[in-house]
Amino acid sequence: MHDSVTIKDNSVLDVEKVRKDFPILDTFVFGHPLVYLDNAATTQKPEAVLKAMEEYYHAINSNVHRGVHHLSQQATDAYELARKKIAEFIGARHAHEIIFTRGTTESINLVAASFGKRFLKTGDSILISGLEHHSNIVPWQLACEDRGATLKVIPIDGNGEMVLDGLEKLLEGVKLVSVNYVSNALGTINPVREIIAAAHSRGIPVMLDAAQAVQHMELDVQELDVDFLAFSSHKIYGPTGFGVLYGKESWLNELPPYQGGGEMIKTVSFEKTTYNDLPYKFEAGTPDMAGAIGLGAALDYVQQLGLSAIRQTENNLMAYALEALREVKELRLIGRSANRAGVLSFLVGDIHPFDLGEILDKQGIAVRTGHHCAQPIMDLYCIPGTVRASLAFYNTRAEIDRLVVGIRKGITLLS
Amino acid sequence: MTIKEKQDEIVADFELFGEWMDKYEYIIQLGKDLPLIDPQYKTDDNLIRGCQSKVWMHAEFKEGKIFFTADSDAVITKGLVSLVIRVLSGHTPREIVDAELYFINAIGLSSHLSPTRSNGLLSMVKQIKIYALGYMAKSTQS
Repeated sequence: MHDSVTIKDNSVLDVEKVRKDFPILDTFVFGHPLVYLDNAATTQKPEAVLKAMEEYYHAINSNVHRGVHHLSQQATDAYELARKKIAEFIGARHAHEIIFTRGTTESINLVAASFGKRFLKTGDSILISGLEHHSNIVPWQLACEDRGATLKVIPIDGNGEMVLDGLEKLLEGVKLVSVNYVSNALGTINPVREIIAAAHSRGIPVMLDAAQAVQHMELDVQELDVDFLAFSSHKIYGPTGFGVLYGKESWLNELPPYQGGGEMIKTVSFEKTTYNDLPYKFEAGTPDMAGAIGLGAALDYVQQLGLSAIRQTENNLMAYALEALREVKELRLIGRSANRAGVLSFLVGDIHPFDLGEILDKQGIAVRTGHHCAQPIMDLYCIPGTVRASLAFYNTRAEIDRLVVGIRKGITLLS
Repeated sequence: MTIKEKQDEIVADFELFGEWMDKYEYIIQLGKDLPLIDPQYKTDDNLIRGCQSKVWMHAEFKEGKIFFTADSDAVITKGLVSLVIRVLSGHTPREIVDAELYFINAIGLSSHLSPTRSNGLLSMVKQIKIYALGYMAKSTQS
């Protein structure tokens, strides 16, 4: 447990204190203190996560589930404890409903491939939305191409919100719905409860891409009654290259394995292989032990701060940022949903987002520019991309002020 | 001037700037001053697509030398494009193929050539080399 983490729910965080948990935030870039506003791309890691991973390698590194020896047992215990923590964090009924993957992308690919193989037939369709990251488009396109199925899309409006008026009609012939909870490109929080209810009334399962949601809001898979949910460790203060697929036990048991190899088998002969039980059926090969333990530590950290305090702190900062950016008259927000988390996407005058991103970078301000792996959204708005500032609870009002000053300098130079 | 002399001249010019702001102001001005590519050549065929910014480039072969015109939708990229053109345009295919472009690193804009940025500039430099190789192959054939 980290010393400086003392704040509990129902309050806002002491940001200055919390920032001390993230050593990288003291970095200087081009002579300026770093302003890190690229949290939707990846979040920074608190000391507690770094320490947990270091301790794993220093003290108990060993292959899991295999060895008769002491270290292997310790590593296995730590690894499976992480699975329990993750299950509890998202409110899963069973730890074996948590499948470890390399990230959201692999989680979605797993479901698209395995669900597609088992359930998709010619003439069926998969329903996604116009607000998806490429990771929640392309795997389904691959599955549809493979099975002769079609991909249907929930339209979005000018504010960057899903239009659900035609949902009932769209759901006809659909075998699975997969949508994002929070848009990585625009920050919109999507009406996933409504979508899940409509899909379930027709017996259609729903997958949620929660990559931009888990770090910002409390989330309970049982309460949502969602069938599959994916998220990435590195976007919730954990290590990169590690992620989670949650699936309801009943669904996961129905799906064939995604990859073959060690760990996922019960018995192997050249005639017939029988597969292991959940979750191992979907975890071929030696897993990322340190990744699991790192994510476990990150979730401990987040829970010690309290997700409600995190949400409140981030909402206050988002309100401040929206107000501050409104002062820049040349700036227009892309995606105007009032219901948003984490992300501010914008353009300034006719300045190319890449130019503005570079001028901000020279001032020590890290933002992302481009299409944010969501080209269909940019096409809808007929823009080459946006500048995206994305917030975490450790960002400050002073940093937002620096962003505004940085944008103004960009306007002076580039207009 | 040789390609090397042109590069050295640019590097010397940039050494006069103390502040990063001045350097960028100069590049941005170069971008604004770049004679626009003839609209008939601003086609998808001439588009060099980067992840972040786009570059259009047209090449013409006259009296043994290649001449380039170009445009970009991002002004900093455009400024650098104008420098690359200043350095390489009007040279023989052989000179272009053999040229080592060191000036972009030397003026501190190397991030524009990093594959992680994957903007139009890196692709443009590659495309210029491909053109030059193509013209070289043609001239040896004929």
